[in-house]
Amino acid sequence: MIIAAANSYLERAPLEWRDWAVNLLPVPLQWLTHHLITIVGVLAVFGLFFAFTTVAERKLLGRLQNRLGPNRSGVPKFSILPWHLKHKLFGLTQPFADAIKALTKEDIVPAAADHVLHFLAPVIVVAFSLMTFAVLPFGRNIIPVDLDAALLYFFAAGAATELAIFMAGWSSRNKYSLLAAMRALAQLISYELPLILSVVPIVLVAGTLSTKTIVVNQGFWTFGFLPHWFIFTPWGAAGFLIFLVAALAESNRSPFDLPEAESELIAGHLTEYSGFKYALFFMAEYFGLTALSGLGVTLFLGGWQAPCAFLEFIPSYLWFMMKLVGMIVFFIWVRGTLLRLRIDQLTRLAWQFLVPLALLNIANAAFWVLTSHWSGPLQLVRWAVSLAIVVIPFLVMGRSLTAGYAPRTYRYAP
Amino acid sequence: MLGTGIIKGLAVTAKNFLGSYHDPKRMVTVEYPEQKTVLPENYRNFPFLIAENAADPMGTLRCVACQICEKECPPQCIIIEKSKDKKPDASGKMQLYPAIFGIDTSVCMSCQICVEVCPFDAIKMDKVYEIATTNRFEDLFLTRERLAKPNSYYHEIHPLEAAEVDGRLAADRKAAEDKAKAAAAAKAAAAVAKPTAPAAAPVVPAVKPPVAGGPTP
Repeated sequence: MIIAAANSYLERAPLEWRDWAVNLLPVPLQWLTHHLITIVGVLAVFGLFFAFTTVAERKLLGRLQNRLGPNRSGVPKFSILPWHLKHKLFGLTQPFADAIKALTKEDIVPAAADHVLHFLAPVIVVAFSLMTFAVLPFGRNIIPVDLDAALLYFFAAGAATELAIFMAGWSSRNKYSLLAAMRALAQLISYELPLILSVVPIVLVAGTLSTKTIVVNQGFWTFGFLPHWFIFTPWGAAGFLIFLVAALAESNRSPFDLPEAESELIAGHLTEYSGFKYALFFMAEYFGLTALSGLGVTLFLGGWQAPCAFLEFIPSYLWFMMKLVGMIVFFIWVRGTLLRLRIDQLTRLAWQFLVPLALLNIANAAFWVLTSHWSGPLQLVRWAVSLAIVVIPFLVMGRSLTAGYAPRTYRYAP
Repeated sequence: MLGTGIIKGLAVTAKNFLGSYHDPKRMVTVEYPEQKTVLPENYRNFPFLIAENAADPMGTLRCVACQICEKECPPQCIIIEKSKDKKPDASGKMQLYPAIFGIDTSVCMSCQICVEVCPFDAIKMDKVYEIATTNRFEDLFLTRERLAKPNSYYHEIHPLEAAEVDGRLAADRKAAEDKAKAAAAAKAAAAVAKPTAPAAAPVVPAVKPPVAGGPTP
């Protein structure tokens, strides 16, 4: 079954098409073309994914707030064509209209700005957030670069975007931009810690930094329908929750969207950006979100693995994309629900709650690895102890942190 | 427990999301160019002139060019030029009429003072709101021809108010007729009593009694 699924034509198709195209060219060019096709593939797929994420986000947010969301933009009438598609297409062409608008807007650079850095910041932020896609296994056979230290590479590339944010703030020669960039750095560095700590248990249990191997390790089912994904273990579930919160903060998403809080600040470090450069920052933000969601899927949700054995006929890359879309929808749902945190609440949550929990979770994973030979009734003990290691500190720390804060009483409200 | 509030909040938005697909009470959005809301009765934006007869709006304007509104208008957006000649109004009385009547809607502030001061019920507030134009000078300056709208239109947009105005005008007209009749009868009686002026007696019934077109100012 597994072998058959692994060798199905759909599973091999993307690679075969690539190899067919590469073999058309002379040998000296083949290496280059091979990688160029990979890059173009990632850019095309995730560029489109980004475009439709923006429109999906706006439509979903609308529905979450009992609005309709954008549903106007159809296809423009081209005067040379004899016919015209009058349907509005549910507003799905909105991102292209937005792109044209951003491209045709005037690009204003402050006179006192550092022109080189001001130009480089959006380029770098997009480049680094795209680089993180290189190590995500999108399917059984599809991984742009199969690195041994993939996780390390992912976080190195992801953290480099923080440099670009500070570049943007500093090069604008605007004190508000600079302050906002510093605050953004404070947030990003604070949450880099729980993000990485929440991933360490996976490395501990899987015994590897390679994303490809981590996914393969999650690839079996008990009774054919209970997947062995890491989220279905106590330490995996706890790690996933910490990862979710940290990923929200890392990608500047609500409720942690302080760096660029539209309704409160001017635009944070983006104050002096306009036109396409501004759009590039947004693009990078969405790329970062997609990459982190992809990493979450890879590490905790079984990557490209099907949830049940009999669903394996669906190609692995479709499973990956479905899980990715699920993660993104969840992030949009959270954005439509939660209120923005204050900067002190934000850092308090990271340092006093997430980091200790993540550290405990590493100990939990260590316990899980040490007791891997337990069987029979001892398995139940193993699960109970592992659950207690994360749940009890969660309850105790949650209670002590919220003491005096909740439930809030409104003295003058009816 | 920490986090229960978040789950409750997520449940609320999920309900919103699902409800927005089947519960029309949640979705209050009106998709404007295709669907339109019903405006409230008292909605108003810019004034228009009432013409008695839809077929001949210029000939049957209620406005008698008294220029009260022009003088009262706070932003002075009304311009009126009186006619040189007189035309019979709806009731046949000879009146002046506005040779030029213009309202600059780029200046008008929709205060309705012109409507309140008009003694002839000749100017009322309109409900049209799709007034975007491509020319900010000529197209925003409403001339007599564009301002004149029939009384039936007034009934359409402000039914209660229009019924009240029409009733009042009819009552005034009737009172004036009665008064004229009474005056004529009195005159006739005087003529009978004073036979020294026999020439006047046969003339009186021939002359149409003067009937006021509106309430006398």
